[in-house]
Amino acid sequence: MMDAVGTPQSVLVLGGTSDIGLAVARRLVARRPARLVLAARPSPRRDAAVASLSAAGHEVTAVDFDAEDLPGHPGAVDAAFAGGDVDVAVVAFGVLGDQERAWRDHATAVHLMQVNTTAAVSVGVLLASRMAAQGHGTVIALSSVAGERPRRSNFVYGASKAGMDAFYTGLREAVRADGVRVVVVRPGFVTSAMTQGLARVPLSTDPDTVAEHVVRGLALRRETVWTPPALRWVMSALRHLPGPVFRRLPI
Amino acid sequence: MTPRKTLTGWGGTAPTAADVVRPGDADGVAAALARRDPRGVVVRGLGRSYGDAAQNAGGTVLDLTGLRRVLAVDVERATVTAEAGVSLDHLMRTLLPLGLFVPVTPGTRQVTVGGAIAADVHGKDHHVRGSFSRHVAGMDLMLADGSVRHLTPDGSPDLFWATVGGMGLTGVILRAQLRMLPVQTSSVVVDTERVPDLDAVMDRMTTDDERYTYSVAWVDCLARGGALGRSVLTRGWPARLDQLPPGARGRALAFAPRRAPTVPVTSPVPLVNRSAVRVLNEAWYRRAPRERRRDVQGIAEFFHPLDVVESWPRVYGPRGFVQYQLVVPFSAPDAVRRCLQTLHRHDVVVSLAVLKRFGPGTPAPLSFPAPGWTLALDLPVVPDLAGVLDRLDALVLDAGGRVYLAKDARFPASDLHRMYPDIDRWRQVRRSVDPDGVLSSDLSRRLGL
Ligand SMILES: Cc1cc2nc3c(=O)[nH]c(=O)nc-3n(C[C@H](O)[C@H](O)[C@H](O)COP(=O)(O)OP(=O)(O)OC[C@H]3O[C@@H](n4cnc5c(N)ncnc54)[C@H](O)[C@@H]3O)c2cc1C
Repeated sequence: MMDAVGTPQSVLVLGGTSDIGLAVARRLVARRPARLVLAARPSPRRDAAVASLSAAGHEVTAVDFDAEDLPGHPGAVDAAFAGGDVDVAVVAFGVLGDQERAWRDHATAVHLMQVNTTAAVSVGVLLASRMAAQGHGTVIALSSVAGERPRRSNFVYGASKAGMDAFYTGLREAVRADGVRVVVVRPGFVTSAMTQGLARVPLSTDPDTVAEHVVRGLALRRETVWTPPALRWVMSALRHLPGPVFRRLPI
Repeated sequence: MTPRKTLTGWGGTAPTAADVVRPGDADGVAAALARRDPRGVVVRGLGRSYGDAAQNAGGTVLDLTGLRRVLAVDVERATVTAEAGVSLDHLMRTLLPLGLFVPVTPGTRQVTVGGAIAADVHGKDHHVRGSFSRHVAGMDLMLADGSVRHLTPDGSPDLFWATVGGMGLTGVILRAQLRMLPVQTSSVVVDTERVPDLDAVMDRMTTDDERYTYSVAWVDCLARGGALGRSVLTRGWPARLDQLPPGARGRALAFAPRRAPTVPVTSPVPLVNRSAVRVLNEAWYRRAPRERRRDVQGIAEFFHPLDVVESWPRVYGPRGFVQYQLVVPFSAPDAVRRCLQTLHRHDVVVSLAVLKRFGPGTPAPLSFPAPGWTLALDLPVVPDLAGVLDRLDALVLDAGGRVYLAKDARFPASDLHRMYPDIDRWRQVRRSVDPDGVLSSDLSRRLGL
């Protein structure tokens, strides 16, 4: 069970090798040993994550999960819940893709949307029904500020995140009466394995900082977490800029 | 279809959803148990426990307030048999005119008889009268399989004491026979004094608490340094008829406190705000008389000042609050000081703090009261609260103390046996009457009870 101050006893990370997902999980259980399920494709990275979290005193299991294998999702989520209630599920998988290829190349675009949107919705539906049956649980959906207003520089990724963001924002209301919380997290540019090699931008952040804001937001019962928090106001301003002005911004 | 509802404890934290069933009698309770909800069943009284004791995520919650009949009153022997959903408020309203007072009353009248037994509640008179269970002559408990057992402390000590403080996990208390307290009036004679610091208040209480039936210190939790622990100490006795002003003797047993007004949903002064808490604390301390003797007060005013505003948790806002209540042995009074200092050091807002001395405990493995100092703190939830409370746990554990399960909402399961060393004995009894674990709650899941 999640306690009164936002500390869970069991955490599932879908995309169990994601830097942000793992950072969030680590921070959520930092104060107490917990049961963790890392759902990801088998890989040395996954093994390393299992090993390091086990060494920290947690009970860790790995579940095979491939975001691209949509028909495999129900089985993977069943396996993730096999050990008992899941207090927090972090939906952490996603791909950034090559933007310039993504809007020109059919396969690249479809792949991006499949992983970031379709697969996210797919697990969202499964998590919602599992947690509604439990009568409790928190889904942390890692969205992105990129979904807030499409930009020339990454609108395919933005579109995919806008789709998942809208889904989880709506899901939040659908499952509220079942005791389930949905927290949508909108980070700015996060330096991580996913963004390696890309130039950093202002208000960029790192997985640990994202995790810190998420955990803080949970204790405060926030439903949307902007990280860094200033992005909320920046994006709010950007959303209302006239098109011609927005277009000329170096972002 | 039973309606699904999201429920929280009085602290308003960690909501979960359950099917809420409100039976009107024992058959209804049996029917609800017979549904065999795979996620189990737990009873809810008036939901005045602060944490997650009276909720059961995904399962069934039995709202017992439908079992609300007072079944028998014997004025001469001062005993009452009441259904478990009867509130102490109702008992006071109906029995005070007959000269009978509830044996133990917590800081609110809005608790049920069942809840009072399941949490083994204590009042301001614990140092002389012990906890609620000491005044329970017997009770009927419906087990998970629907059978009913009549329990007395002598006839069935194991199950009786496992049910006392057992947080509803041994079965459903259907009714109880209580030994009431005969009184001449519905008033209390009160001595009030301001005490400048923690040493002084502990000293005062140690010296002459035994003279008083009721004793409690309200601690100004914002006072620091030399003034740490400065308090308003109120102590008293049930008033005798001859202690009332002559004009009031004709209605000596009157008891009709006004029904509580509700707080508007958005309170103008959320108490999480430090300056608001400071102003209130300062005002309370200054308002209290430096010393006043033999003041006559009504029961409601003396015992239940918080009942004046029915939905006062709302003033803490949507995040809710945690109540942390600890007891440490008399041999470790310093733990109380160190807890207050820890809260100050981490700048945690404490909106209410109450100190009192407990007398001897009971044989119940999960009953909270034990001889020593008990400190109860209202703490609005802030981001760093989790870590600070872990530090308090460590102080309490080091001192050989424990926290109160009826108020707990975040204690780690791993340390429970250190606070309640007889817990395995309790688990055994529980398993013997509920092998399948039908009775379960968020608290039992969280703490692995
Ligand atoms: C303002 C305030 C002041 C308080 N002051 C004090 C105090 O001074 N001293 C003190 O000891 N406590 C105090 N409390 C706590 C309160 O007395 C206890 O939590 C009490 O158990 C609440 O009773 P309830 O009927 O609301 O029970 P609930 O909160 O609904 O349930 C509490 C527990 O009792 C179980 N239970 C309830 N009815 C039954 C039944 N019929 N059979 C089996 N199990 C049952 C539930 O399953 C649950 O585990 C205070 C609470 C408030 C809000």
